[in-house]
Amino acid sequence: MEQAIFYILAATAVIATILAITEKHPVHAILYLVTSLFSMAVIFYLLMAPLVAAFEVILYAGAIMVLFLFVIMMLDLGHPEKGLSPGWREWLPALLLSGASIASLAVIVVSRSAAVAAHPAGLSIREVALRLFREHGLAVELISLQLLFALVGALYLGRSKS
Amino acid sequence: MIVPLEHILILAGLLFFIGLGGLLAWRANLIMMLVCIEVMLNAVMLVFVGGSARWGNPDGQLFAIFIMALTSAEVSLALAMVVYLHRRRKTVDTDAFSGMKG
Repeated sequence: MEQAIFYILAATAVIATILAITEKHPVHAILYLVTSLFSMAVIFYLLMAPLVAAFEVILYAGAIMVLFLFVIMMLDLGHPEKGLSPGWREWLPALLLSGASIASLAVIVVSRSAAVAAHPAGLSIREVALRLFREHGLAVELISLQLLFALVGALYLGRSKS
Repeated sequence: MIVPLEHILILAGLLFFIGLGGLLAWRANLIMMLVCIEVMLNAVMLVFVGGSARWGNPDGQLFAIFIMALTSAEVSLALAMVVYLHRRRKTVDTDAFSGMKG
């Protein structure tokens, strides 16, 4: 049952991502990407990571994508007819390069046996949080500093000339 | 672990290379380049979470959370820069920003 849900969600994520990057209208592309992120969040939940799944929905789909939408609407970029979308001349090398990479990945992975591993004990949120704050406290502090720097940088770049 | 780790790696690789192809194809539009970078970082997060589920170690989930925090900072700065560049040249075409005159 869970395997079937995983493969359905994987197909949804891949198709939504392909639609997102081939869509000419930026707002539609963002909405397709939100669909892909939702299915990725359920995949994270299936992989015993409910915390990451919740953050994926709240941060990625809720904050970052809405930030993209705000910028697109603020700069009035929702006009695909202005000619910034790629033609076949741009798609051809991209398809060739990513196709070669995907083919090599498939060759490497298919040559190995794919067996379901033994089921390790589930990871509780308590365990994850203890590991985060006991062993990675410095990383938490560094990331908070980095978010502060990003805030100051965004304020500096966005100030009006007066 | 409900599916083999190899299948998770295949899914993550597919998403990563789709994002890479989109990045190469949309190289004239700053906003869509950032969106494709988001797709690639999301695929990397899937690898971390898959490894965490495979070996029962919470560090993978923690690094996925760290990647998410780093991505939010990166996107906010990059979008502020896009707004700044758009204010100067009235476009988000990357070819318009090829000069280095200050």
